[in-house]
Amino acid sequence: MALRTPLYDLHVALGARMVDFGGWDMPVAYGSQIEEHHAVRTKAGIFDVSHMCVCDLHGQRVREFLRHLLANDVNRLQQSGKALYSCMLNEAGGVIDDLIVYYMNEQWFRLVVNAGTRTKDLAWIRPRAAEFDVRVEERSDLAMLAIQGPEARDRLVGLLSSEDGAAALQLGNFFGAEFADWFIARTGYTGEDGFEVMVPADTAADLWSRLNEQGVVSCGLGARDTLRLEAGMNLYGNDMDENTHPLESGLAWTVAFEPADRNFIGRAALEKIRAAGVALKQVGLLLAERAVMRQHQPVVVDGVAAGEITSGTFSPTLSRSIALARVPRTAGDTVQVDIRGRLHAARVVKPPFVRHGKALVAL
Amino acid sequence: MSNVPQDRLYARSHEWVRELADGTIELGITDHAQHALGDLVFVEVPEVGREVAAGGACAVVESVKAASDVYSPIAGTVVAVNEQLAAAPEQINQDPYGAGWIMRLKATAPLAGAGLLSPAEYASVLASN
Repeated sequence: MALRTPLYDLHVALGARMVDFGGWDMPVAYGSQIEEHHAVRTKAGIFDVSHMCVCDLHGQRVREFLRHLLANDVNRLQQSGKALYSCMLNEAGGVIDDLIVYYMNEQWFRLVVNAGTRTKDLAWIRPRAAEFDVRVEERSDLAMLAIQGPEARDRLVGLLSSEDGAAALQLGNFFGAEFADWFIARTGYTGEDGFEVMVPADTAADLWSRLNEQGVVSCGLGARDTLRLEAGMNLYGNDMDENTHPLESGLAWTVAFEPADRNFIGRAALEKIRAAGVALKQVGLLLAERAVMRQHQPVVVDGVAAGEITSGTFSPTLSRSIALARVPRTAGDTVQVDIRGRLHAARVVKPPFVRHGKALVAL
Repeated sequence: MSNVPQDRLYARSHEWVRELADGTIELGITDHAQHALGDLVFVEVPEVGREVAAGGACAVVESVKAASDVYSPIAGTVVAVNEQLAAAPEQINQDPYGAGWIMRLKATAPLAGAGLLSPAEYASVLASN
């Protein structure tokens, strides 16, 4: 049977269309996914992201362990509550998962990893953590909600005491803090301001309903995907996986090669790839014609089908199709995309396409 | 639950047809189909005058999620297309049996022999899915 989050019954009661997502029964939309998308760009929306795996790491050597485990360097985290985005690589430099790591204190870091990769991630992490005497604690007692949009922070703060609310509004970008049994972080996956909130599982439905009463719109995974793609954010399994490496996936900025003596898993392989020259790159594509680019469609560069769409959709903000693609490094300003047997010209652009409600690419 | 009006016939591939007063056949996709596709963003309709074969692809409806062919359950000639769908594809989501019609055909044979499903038969196809 499919897995369910603590909010499953509420989604069904709200009339959501439920779909399988990485083994989880999740809401794809409650009504119109385009209206949900616009609600996040203009006001505030709420997403159930409880299918993601929250995992606490405890131990005296937890920082040392994560400097070995992750391609980004947790030494960039020096202030309690600060978060970092990183890939977790295999020895070949392939991406096992992408994740967020929070620095809580010197004996405690918190990871948030993807739903569909939970099992393999934990199987990868546990034996390696044991070598550093780090304890891995899965937090299935927590539910996670993402409240996103220009009004999102105010709507959530409206439910807190004035003291906690003021403190939550003080959180800088990519910072989180504990408020009694809640953990509130100023993070997200939409290109808008907002919070991701971890709360005890049995209180999640009540929080959701109270946010609905504040005018925060219930949003499904459909809107989450169009929002993240407009924001130029990768999706694990689409835009990178174990057979691709960060340097050809638009994620070179997340690999900390300095300091040179930090020996993280995958480093040796990436250094070889870098020395040999990276043949492919990730680009954003914008289509002028009335068609929609989709994952796995071939991208034709200089007459050769040498690239591939890794994520493609219709952008509700731009009313055009947008995509992320992996193409030869030599690709210029325009390419062609093979959409259902017909070639369409696409412009190469630098993601993000949309941030904070505004188009960042000229149409 | 999906709406299945009584005043028309259905195909297993989730199109509906109905005979208009002038004898032409209007074609669209069902409420079930629009719901499964999600928000439509583009609709590609055929040229007026095009011949379509029974069971042949005659239009494309594209949602945020996926592109799908629309099949004509009957053979005929396209005599009109819903021009409004170019600017407002969401009409198919909002009113699949009315303002969301896709095209009108002059059929080459009567509907009766086309192997179409009655409303009750189509409803039971949906129920068994």
